[in-house]
Amino acid sequence: MSDSLNAYLILAGILFAIGTFGFLARRNAISMLMSIELMLNAVNLSIIAFGSFVEGLATDGSVIAIMVMAVAAAEATVGLAIVMAIYRNRRTPLVDEYDAMSQ
Amino acid sequence: MMALGALVSLPIGLAILGVIRFNEDILFLVLAEVMLISGLLVVTMRDIIRCGLAMMVCFGALAGIYVIAGAPLVAAAQVLIYIGAISVLVLFAIMLTQTKDAPASLVFQTQALGAGVAAILLAVVIAITVGATDWPAVETRIRTATDELALVLFRDYVLAFEVVSVLLLAAVIGGIYVAKREEGAPP
Repeated sequence: MSDSLNAYLILAGILFAIGTFGFLARRNAISMLMSIELMLNAVNLSIIAFGSFVEGLATDGSVIAIMVMAVAAAEATVGLAIVMAIYRNRRTPLVDEYDAMSQ
Repeated sequence: MMALGALVSLPIGLAILGVIRFNEDILFLVLAEVMLISGLLVVTMRDIIRCGLAMMVCFGALAGIYVIAGAPLVAAAQVLIYIGAISVLVLFAIMLTQTKDAPASLVFQTQALGAGVAAILLAVVIAITVGATDWPAVETRIRTATDELALVLFRDYVLAFEVVSVLLLAAVIGGIYVAKREEGAPP
């Protein structure tokens, strides 16, 4: 089982679906960011799986995964900073109360 | 405790029945179970601090899966970056933004049911696609040697490496600027 590419890819698919559910269903902005992190990790897992099972991708997979991690760190920094800035103005972390644009 | 026992006993039972092999398959199944269950806890628990802690468990199990898949440096980077840095950042943001009177019971949007159906559909579609595609995969895992990875990273991908470093610098400066309190504003 740990020697088949399909097991890793299906695992990554399930993790990505969990992240999608969290992003669509949670009301808290930080919960949504955590769900995005789960989705990024699922993508990383599939990249690593391809890297370790496809001949030509052996080291490139790891390099791409490390790049994705760096970009995810940048995304988390900026995303959480934006959440803090909005929280300072609106006093709530719930995204469905951010309705200034619709008034 | 019982849940833990069930987690460990299911793969061992499968191995005894001959469905899977011992050693790495058991480890893979246990780590996959821990990862999926803690991932589900991240998106379903009401207390958001616990969600953040479950996210750390999920990332740790994923690092173990990276080791099994043969990418030890990525596993180390996962522990350093995700568990060490991003999770701590998320926990600090949670502590700074959650007030006591925040309605903890209203965790989900009204569209949660539709989101659940969509997520299950997505997982099924991905599983069917993965099963139906004939990947050019080899039979055994290819281990990534760290020295080889360093050569590839600093020779073939050096431009991408530099661009990512500039991106990180820009993100850090931008994050500080956005989150900074303005002069005279209330704390």
